[in-house]
Amino acid sequence: MSKDIMINVEKLNKSFGDLHVLRDIDMTVNQSEVVCLIGASGSGKSTLLRCINFLELKDSGLVMIGGEKIEKETHDLNEVRARVGMVFQHFNLFPHKTVLQNVMEAPIYVKKYPKEEAKMEARALLKKVGLLDKENVYPSKLSGGQKQRVAIARALAMKPEIMLFDEPTSALDPELVGEVLATMKELAEEGMTMVVVTHEMGFAREVADWAVYMHEGRIVEVGHPEQLFSNPKEARTKNFLDSVL
Amino acid sequence: MDLLTKFIDTYPVFLKGMLLTFEITIVSIFIAIFIGLFFAFLKISNIKILEWIADLYIFLVRGTPLVVQIFIFYFGLTAFNISDFLAVVLGLAFHNGAYIAEIFRGAIQSIDHGQMEAGRSLGMTMGLTMRRIILPQASRRALPPLGNQFIIALKDSSLASFIGMYELFNVATTHGSLKYDYMSYLLIVAVYYLVLVLFFSIIVRIIEKKMSSSD
Ligand SMILES: Nc1ncnc2c1ncn2[C@@H]1O[C@H](COP(=O)(O)OP(=O)(O)O)[C@@H](O)[C@H]1O
Ligand SMILES: [Mg+2]
Repeated sequence: MSKDIMINVEKLNKSFGDLHVLRDIDMTVNQSEVVCLIGASGSGKSTLLRCINFLELKDSGLVMIGGEKIEKETHDLNEVRARVGMVFQHFNLFPHKTVLQNVMEAPIYVKKYPKEEAKMEARALLKKVGLLDKENVYPSKLSGGQKQRVAIARALAMKPEIMLFDEPTSALDPELVGEVLATMKELAEEGMTMVVVTHEMGFAREVADWAVYMHEGRIVEVGHPEQLFSNPKEARTKNFLDSVL
Repeated sequence: MDLLTKFIDTYPVFLKGMLLTFEITIVSIFIAIFIGLFFAFLKISNIKILEWIADLYIFLVRGTPLVVQIFIFYFGLTAFNISDFLAVVLGLAFHNGAYIAEIFRGAIQSIDHGQMEAGRSLGMTMGLTMRRIILPQASRRALPPLGNQFIIALKDSSLASFIGMYELFNVATTHGSLKYDYMSYLLIVAVYYLVLVLFFSIIVRIIEKKMSSSD
């Protein structure tokens, strides 16, 4: 398969009032690549992800998805968002819906799938994340790791071209982190294009094609995970790594 | 004549009064829920002028006595050949709508922002996420205060007696003045109200239980 550019960000800037959160961000992610984003809290990692799926609108710059320049004037952003899956730190499952209903909701109400078809696909996804036996359970009955796997299945149900993960394991008890990372790894192996905000260095080393260090709204260093973590070129990267490891 | 015989002698009339009390309450709350939802959406619209309109409405309702509101609706609307019943019902709906708007607004805003984000990240529009994700959760949270408001409205409906509706309170005072025995009939009507309130409290609790089965 040719290496199509899935995400292309150029000179992206975003401010909240006086707070300049993203500064001239440039980033290109090819098809099937996995990119890990690291950086201190407040450095703009979440905002960058949110700009890539248009939950937040950029102030200036360019965001291309699947080779297509996306602007709110020319695109239905809801449609674009359906093509970019997102997994949140706090899962954000719909508590009033069962696991199966969580996964079926968007295919039925956004893609207008017939119920039976949506159900079949949702079941297949739940099987994939190992939670088919929980299909009729409400989220409150699940462990954090199970919740996050349902959230992944829910995002996959829209057949996204890209998956964004915003600290998917930081709200989990340590013993539950592994099962979520395993699901993500499997997804990566299937060729999903992924951007992952995480401080799980082991996962980044094993799965990511490259890693990005962000500091105060800028991309400070980009490199192969092994190199970036063990032998950072920038002093700021090194300082950060020393502080988290 | 003791209280019990008075109770038994008058129950057909009181039951009729109770039915009217019941009708006034149900219909006015039903309308008030739509008014409340409408103004709750204005309040959370993030559009200044719409928020002001909602604030003004709530200020008018909170700032004037209910009995004044009912009289204004009564004299205002019956002049246009609108029935006494409808005038009272609309007056009560206008009043309760403001409180219900605040109940809905609070309930909607209490839902974690992540729910809207999750819905939108799946490609759902804001409206669809509101309808499918936020409102079902918010209505569940709104149910206890709504039940409370319903009971307040039930008791407030006694003010309809001032414009001649023959509901529970009016039945009681009419009997009281005819028989020169206010106390007995007021005690009797209090029992009717208590039974109604108890009945509705139980219904609300049952609905709450059913709705919370997922938590
Ligand atoms: N909606 C918002 N309104 C105002 N400030 C925000 C908003 N979202 C994020 N910020 C601010 O932007 C900065 C970057 O936030 P974020 O992208 O969440 O960082 P990170 O995910 O790296 O911790 C923080 O200072 C945060 O407080
Ligand atoms: Mg963040």
